[in-house]
Amino acid sequence: MIVEFLLNGEPATARIVSPVSLLDVLRDQLELPGSKNACEQGECGSCSVVLDGEIVCSCLVMAADVGDSEVVTVEGIGGDGLTPVQRAMHHSGAVQCGFCTPGIVVVAADLFARNPNPTTLEIKEALAGNICRCTGYGAIIRSFEKLARETS
Amino acid sequence: MHFHHPTTLADATQAVAEGATPLAGGTDLMVEVNFRHRRPEHVVGLRKVEELGAWEGNRIGAGVTWRRLEHGGPQALAEAARTVGSPQIRNAGTIGGNVVTASPAGDGLPFLVAVDAKVEVMSAEGGRLVPWDVFFVGVKKTTLAADELVTAIHLPESLPERQAFGKVGVRSAMVIATVGCVVTRTDDGKTTVGLGSVGPTPLRASRAEEMISSVTRPTESDLAEFQKMVSDEARPITDHRSTEEYRRHAVGVLARRLLERCLR
Repeated sequence: MIVEFLLNGEPATARIVSPVSLLDVLRDQLELPGSKNACEQGECGSCSVVLDGEIVCSCLVMAADVGDSEVVTVEGIGGDGLTPVQRAMHHSGAVQCGFCTPGIVVVAADLFARNPNPTTLEIKEALAGNICRCTGYGAIIRSFEKLARETS
Repeated sequence: MHFHHPTTLADATQAVAEGATPLAGGTDLMVEVNFRHRRPEHVVGLRKVEELGAWEGNRIGAGVTWRRLEHGGPQALAEAARTVGSPQIRNAGTIGGNVVTASPAGDGLPFLVAVDAKVEVMSAEGGRLVPWDVFFVGVKKTTLAADELVTAIHLPESLPERQAFGKVGVRSAMVIATVGCVVTRTDDGKTTVGLGSVGPTPLRASRAEEMISSVTRPTESDLAEFQKMVSDEARPITDHRSTEEYRRHAVGVLARRLLERCLR
């Protein structure tokens, strides 16, 4: 079957022959490897995307289910140059190996779009589903605290 | 692969009647697919069926997500919703999916059993309302027929004034319950206790409920007795997440703390 949807603002088409995840289709068919494949069970958040306005784990979305939906991946966040979230992470050294970074960018962009001035607790809750195996949480959270202060 | 994308309940139940596997938030089904435990080639996606997302008063559509319950559900159900997975999981996972998966650790289930919820199911032939204790029959086993779809959860007309949810796990976020519990108490003392992860299905601690419901102002010794009775009524096992002994102990302590919260 052919699935047509809006991907990062552009019409996209995927050929689906089995019940694969949206993550697999993004990475293997649509050449968008920003969303990472790690746990395949919704635990790690490294595959986070925005589906019809809500952040979800793309590994838990069946690709066949996104027909007529709108998907935004990390590649579709921002335009030229760094977004405020990306700049905050860059300036605060909130990236170590980088594997969790795309998922965190997607989730933090969603957080700041909804709440430009989150508290530390709100930042931590928003990131509860994003695991950093470098355990670099301190720098990640500090970068967003700083961003929250700047935008308040 | 054959995928239905219905927007009406009638089309959804028709697809189920034709043998399609229902897919709601995908937070359980897709894990099985990703781990190669299942490979459904005929699927009906329920995300765009508006009737399933409807939530009016005490009838909560099966497609209502944890995210929505977290912000507008009855107190203990909202508290439970807030502990489900992560924001990403709560945006996708649904109350109907929790019921259909029927995991002993389902975070929504202690509340549903504590308030005697009924499960609304529908097939192309018609619908029925199933009491929770008829619906859940074992670990991930329900009496839902192959051609039926869970369409809503019915809560009673009036809910207890006081409700509290608690969960024990290895961390406070993104964790599957080692023990889950909801205690409710009405202003005239009627108390219910719903337990999760301490038996093959969610359970009620009926004897503990009866004892504490008859006590207007529980004393320290009443609370201790209540705790012990809840522990005794639990039917936990030892598995990869915890031991029988720990679960039995923890569920009593948790129920007592939640009761104390209801009494405050």
